[in-house]
Amino acid sequence: MNPLAILIVDDEAPARHRLKEVLADCAGELPLTVAGEAATGREALEWLSHHRADVVLLDVRMPGMNGIETARHLLTLPQPPAVIFTTAYDHYAVQAFEVNAIDYLLKPVRSERLLAALRKARALSSPQGETLRELADGPRSHLGIFERGRILLLAVEDIVFLRAELKYVTVRTKKGEYLVEEPLVRLEEEFGERFLRIHRNCLVARNRIRGVEKSHDDDGTWLVALEGIPEQLPVSRRQLPLVKEALRR
Amino acid sequence: MRIIKQNLPVTLPNFCNLGIMLRILVLVDVMSLLAAMARSSGSLWQEVLEISALVQPILLASLLALCLLRRWLKRLPYHLGIAAILLLTTVITTLVAVAGQNLFFGPGGLALDRFWLFSLAATGTVLYYFHLRNRALSPAITEARLQALQARIRPHFLFNSLNAVLSLIRSDPKRAEQTLEDMADLFRVLMADNRQLTTLEKEVALCRQYLNIEQLRLGERLYLAWAIDKMPREALVPPLVLQPLLENAVYHGIEPRAEPGEISINIYRSRDEVHFVIRNPYLGDDKHHGGNKMALDNVRERLKLHFDAEASLDASIHGNTYQVHITLPYTTSE
Repeated sequence: MNPLAILIVDDEAPARHRLKEVLADCAGELPLTVAGEAATGREALEWLSHHRADVVLLDVRMPGMNGIETARHLLTLPQPPAVIFTTAYDHYAVQAFEVNAIDYLLKPVRSERLLAALRKARALSSPQGETLRELADGPRSHLGIFERGRILLLAVEDIVFLRAELKYVTVRTKKGEYLVEEPLVRLEEEFGERFLRIHRNCLVARNRIRGVEKSHDDDGTWLVALEGIPEQLPVSRRQLPLVKEALRR
Repeated sequence: MRIIKQNLPVTLPNFCNLGIMLRILVLVDVMSLLAAMARSSGSLWQEVLEISALVQPILLASLLALCLLRRWLKRLPYHLGIAAILLLTTVITTLVAVAGQNLFFGPGGLALDRFWLFSLAATGTVLYYFHLRNRALSPAITEARLQALQARIRPHFLFNSLNAVLSLIRSDPKRAEQTLEDMADLFRVLMADNRQLTTLEKEVALCRQYLNIEQLRLGERLYLAWAIDKMPREALVPPLVLQPLLENAVYHGIEPRAEPGEISINIYRSRDEVHFVIRNPYLGDDKHHGGNKMALDNVRERLKLHFDAEASLDASIHGNTYQVHITLPYTTSE
């Protein structure tokens, strides 16, 4: 059996150092290797785009993208690693882990406890997307897009609109278009504060709405103009009052 | 009980303090309104105007005199101080009343005894009010509240620090020792009976030890800018007045950021006040805002119990900077 490849993710250098030491202590009992280290969720996902890990030791409280969100993006990988969360003290997270039977380690981590968690890890079914979604205490900061073997992270604040087409949802930013495989309804639930539905198949960022105007065609549909992109999007008759109200604010 | 009495700058109120002045103004004006109502033979407002025309100058002149003579009054024993104030207000009342009479009505027919009586009653009431306030604030009630307000450290900090120390034990035992010593000092103060005032120098030393530990964890993500060359080392401050605010600054301003951030600490004395200004980066929407408010309220409450209206704590946001400004009266143990 190959040694277990482990990725350590923690924003504090001493915490990563400590985990390496404890992992070294475990190495006698269980063949393992520290394959990599990352200080943020973003770094971790970047690393995983190029390398393989069997287990990710993932800190819950990190700047930028927290551990729970990082795990959610991680799961979109074709062969996601097993995730073991680590936390120094987070009453809320620990309770949620207990309820959902997700493995976690309390820092400072004991070698026996770490060893037990790693032994289970190979057999462990990683926390599932649905469970993690319930654990999150707010909307994600990024959308993860799996493209050519790697995860591309789109900051939610850069998104101008989301439009459902057949099987996918098109995500439009100032820079380009991307496809995600999440239902539009689900995205609306999660990011409802930030995006406004203007049509059955379309959500636009509230703070990017520049104005509405009647189209020059005869059918008299209304179009919304958005900041940063040239295209204008049709507004349904039903949603028009809401768009106008958003404009007034 | 003795502890508090030694420490609280009770005796006479600080007459130069705006909060105290305001309380006196309100008290005396309410009393003159009552007097006007009692006397009301004609129109009530006419009476109020007439009384105000005399009371306001007397009141303002007395406040000014008390503020100017504060240092001298403070050195007197409490009872002599009271007597001096009563005498002073009576003299001012007489002077203003006589001057006013000559100015508006010409000499003669002045009922000075009425003015004296009102002045003595008003001054007495004000002094009695502050005396009661001191008593209500100093004994058992304050003790209990101060104890309940004992600053608490975040468990998050304790476990992360222990983890950081563990990471040092094998590679840098010297630094591990040092960090444990810092932690011991910090927790000794945290668990101590913190009702007595401490010196600013000690509080700052404690803050440095606390920040050493944070620096170990956060490395170059945490920049510290100390501006304390001019701080009055001997000034008395409530213990842990600064540390919880720095802990807040780290927790809300540095930890949630991936990029490095700066916390600046500026302590100086300006006339009879000690100022603390703490700034840290502000990150728009803060999910943990509740915890921040709790720590601020705690410090604010303790300041109030120790110094009443003479101390203040203001939190404000300036663009990307969060600032806490504490003002408290400069006192020393001598």
